[in-house]
Amino acid sequence: MQLNHPAERRDGFFIKALSHISQAPRKNWLFLRFFMQEIPQAYEIVIGLEVHIQLSTNTKLFCGDPASFGSEPNTHVSPITLAHPGTLPVMNKKAIEFAVKMGLACQCEIEIDNYFARKNYFYPDLPKGYQVSQHTTPICKGGRVNITVGGEEKNVQLNRIHLEEDAGKSLHDVEDANTCIDLNRAGVPLLEMVTEPDLRSSEEAFAFLTEIRKLVRYLGVCDGNMEEGSMRCDANISVRKKGDPQLGTRVEVKNLNSIRNVKKAIEFEAVRLVNQLERNETILQQTRSFDAGNGTTFSTREKEEANDYRYFPEPDLTPFHLTEDFIEEIRNTIPALPKERIRKYRVENQLSAYDASVLTEEKEFSDYYDALILHTDLYKPAANWMTGPVKTWMNETGNEIGAFPLSPASMAVLISLVEDGKLSFSIASGRLFQKLLDNPVKEPLVLAMEENLLQESNVNMLEPLVEDVLASHAEKVKAFQKGKKGLLGMFVGEVMKRSKGKADPKVVNDLLLEKLNNK
Amino acid sequence: MFVYNSIERYHSLLNDGTVSCFDTVNFYLEKIESSQHLNAFTAVYAEEALARAGMLDEKRKSNQPTGRLHGVVIALKDVIAYKDHPLTAASRMLKGFQSLYSATAVEKLLAEDAIIIGSCNCDEFAMGSTNENSVYGRVLNAADTSRVPGGSSGGSAVAVQAGLCMVSLGSDTGGSVRQPADFCGVVGMKPTYGTISRYGLIAYASSFDQIGIFGNNIPDVARVLEVITGPDAMDSTSSQKRQLLPASFGDKTERKYRFTYFEEALEHKSLDPEIKMAIYASIDRLKQEGHEVLPVSFEFMDYIVPAYYVLTTAEASSNLSRYDGVRYGYRSAQPAEDLDQFYKNNRSEGFGREVKRRIMLGTFVLSSGYYDAYFTKAQQVRRKLKDKTREIFEHFDFILLPNSPAVAFKIGEKTDDPVAMYLADIYTVFANLTGTPSISLPLYTHSSGMPFGLQVIAKPFDELSLLDISQKLMQDQ
Repeated sequence: MQLNHPAERRDGFFIKALSHISQAPRKNWLFLRFFMQEIPQAYEIVIGLEVHIQLSTNTKLFCGDPASFGSEPNTHVSPITLAHPGTLPVMNKKAIEFAVKMGLACQCEIEIDNYFARKNYFYPDLPKGYQVSQHTTPICKGGRVNITVGGEEKNVQLNRIHLEEDAGKSLHDVEDANTCIDLNRAGVPLLEMVTEPDLRSSEEAFAFLTEIRKLVRYLGVCDGNMEEGSMRCDANISVRKKGDPQLGTRVEVKNLNSIRNVKKAIEFEAVRLVNQLERNETILQQTRSFDAGNGTTFSTREKEEANDYRYFPEPDLTPFHLTEDFIEEIRNTIPALPKERIRKYRVENQLSAYDASVLTEEKEFSDYYDALILHTDLYKPAANWMTGPVKTWMNETGNEIGAFPLSPASMAVLISLVEDGKLSFSIASGRLFQKLLDNPVKEPLVLAMEENLLQESNVNMLEPLVEDVLASHAEKVKAFQKGKKGLLGMFVGEVMKRSKGKADPKVVNDLLLEKLNNK
Repeated sequence: MFVYNSIERYHSLLNDGTVSCFDTVNFYLEKIESSQHLNAFTAVYAEEALARAGMLDEKRKSNQPTGRLHGVVIALKDVIAYKDHPLTAASRMLKGFQSLYSATAVEKLLAEDAIIIGSCNCDEFAMGSTNENSVYGRVLNAADTSRVPGGSSGGSAVAVQAGLCMVSLGSDTGGSVRQPADFCGVVGMKPTYGTISRYGLIAYASSFDQIGIFGNNIPDVARVLEVITGPDAMDSTSSQKRQLLPASFGDKTERKYRFTYFEEALEHKSLDPEIKMAIYASIDRLKQEGHEVLPVSFEFMDYIVPAYYVLTTAEASSNLSRYDGVRYGYRSAQPAEDLDQFYKNNRSEGFGREVKRRIMLGTFVLSSGYYDAYFTKAQQVRRKLKDKTREIFEHFDFILLPNSPAVAFKIGEKTDDPVAMYLADIYTVFANLTGTPSISLPLYTHSSGMPFGLQVIAKPFDELSLLDISQKLMQDQ
């Protein structure tokens, strides 16, 4: 009911609901969420994202310490990471390769002459007192990422992608009186991807990040795990009246540790900002933090503090120049990306949009399908097997496709057994598939015979079963003959049941019709 | 009694059994002990040096192969990392700090059987021209203890000057090896930027810093250079060029070279007339010997020092940010209300005046609003200097310059006038701005009785010719 009230009234509710939020009763929160989706038609949300992508190199950007996540605090800390006197950085070439790979995949312009700069500021988790970054001269300029929202495609323009080193972690909640510093992450290579303010809804932001995560995984440059912080996102959000050429004052929201939270934060902020405009309040340029506990944001820094980072070229690293050959070499290592695979599946393999999208969610899954269809032309049944039984197996066992025990060749045989009518799909997926998983080296046909699972299409064997079923359902037989032709399915089902699913339904069907029509 | 002459001579004495490494180290330890008033050392590794000497004697006597610096007694400026030894940059900030690793240059010295006898006093974080800015107190010039030894590598210069070691390492960002060598009457060489790895050298200004060598003679300096030079995977600014420095570098002494000098430099109003006369006399002599010596006009003389101080302090302000008292180093006892105060306490108390002055200067020139007027401008000057230098070296083999406008100052003479002090770097910072190799040769004596030298600069990576002409000039002496 309240949803149809004018905006001013809704604001009232909104504020009231908001005042409850700090205590966060769950039902109020749900109530609030319901409101939040309502942005008056007259407004438009403008979103730009900054995505930090932690590169999955073995070692850090400027030294040989492991770049991996999850070790005991301060165990990946050589004198170089600790910024001991006299230590120097040395460039990790792999990180440059990954940056170029990402840039090429996003159709960026790759900068040939590159150098690093120092961004100077003091913080305890920044050992050198400066961050080595490409802030002023990104390795990848421009570029775009194609997303699909509500069936519509859109190119999200990128401003840049640049390389920089990560800072350590400040842990404020480990000890009461102290902030604890873990420098394992200090110096881990990061790509910072900055979009233009091109996104217009939380759904678009969601789709963009999902696409980026898929992309980094396809490229193998990052594990894309937002919860562990290997992909992090800050959202710049503003609202304006539709048609207004000016961008509204923006708010930057940090601490977004999942794609869903990015979506939620944008939704919350958009409503908050629209409400401020509706009340003729001035929007302050703020940095806000997302509270995942109650889905709200709170201000951490009022307007931009006048930070002067005193960028200057990093004198400890020589500029690095990329050759065309190097860039071409990297280009050749880029695998077919989701868009390309989807196009191929749809056009060449005649798959549905749904199948194509599920198959390409993960590169390895799609790779398996590609390997599978080298062994069979049954593209659609193969896709059904992948999105059905194989996916179910992955979900139930919690395994990745890499751990799937059956070879594509074996899977291809299994699929053709069904298509050739030797096995029903339900027997194949319900029983033979299980037996094969337990015994993956076995020939599927041999196993089906051993287990006595092959479909019965011998009329002489099936005739007694058909006779039995008809004899025990005399009433229904009469009804059928009087015109209730729909009962045929019931008879088939009964025969199938008595054959323990092995009867070939087509043969049973023919046999039944013959008997029923001749009675 | 042991008399040190050169590494080559020392090695032959060791080989014929006249001396031992152990006795030699003992000799130096006694000299260091009796020269404590000079304050050249911040730490002496007596027992360790003796133990290593004994080990080296054993090695030699059992006919195992010996290194090129076998038993050579070396002192390190206290800005060069030596694993498990103090590394303090003569600063309160790092007092008590021990390095977890060794500088590449130190590793190379040790691999060739050198004996590290101790660490030498210097100006704090290598910032200064008199060695008066040290938490350990000033170093005295052994030629006249009322005078400074120069800086910032004053301790390393005096250690060689007073015979407290055979050779020593310093660092040269704007003359910190050549100027004290000049003041103390020893040889001081700063090779081409990137020739010796900076890994393990506390950074003052990264694009200027270079480890340098003090010695009594050119063959010693050449040998040490030969050992510690070369590309280093730990320093991406180290040159990939491998220099060949054959021990027989003196073979080319018959070669006639082309010298130049800057009239603006020798005619500069700040230059002591005696120094000017001495260098003109050398120029005449070189001409008489058949070398070509021609002046060139060098219009940038007055821009050198400002460009140098803008760029080096900018880099220093960032390089010294790591000394924040968080992970190591000085931490104030004063309670801090917040993080800013914590940093301010640690850094205000941990750094000395000159270091703070340069950090503030560097922070200023990098600040938005001033960046282009200072930092960018200074970079442009540096670019022009490099271009001009390249052009000069198309026509000449060497540039001749004084090292300093005057001989060693009296203690305290310039401490209250930092600008006058900075301007005295006018002749040495050129080689750092351009990355060229440069050497200070102790050729002259002033009427005050103080030594002073001639600075010779060669084209980048032409250390071989530089050592060759240096040897010739020293022999002519």
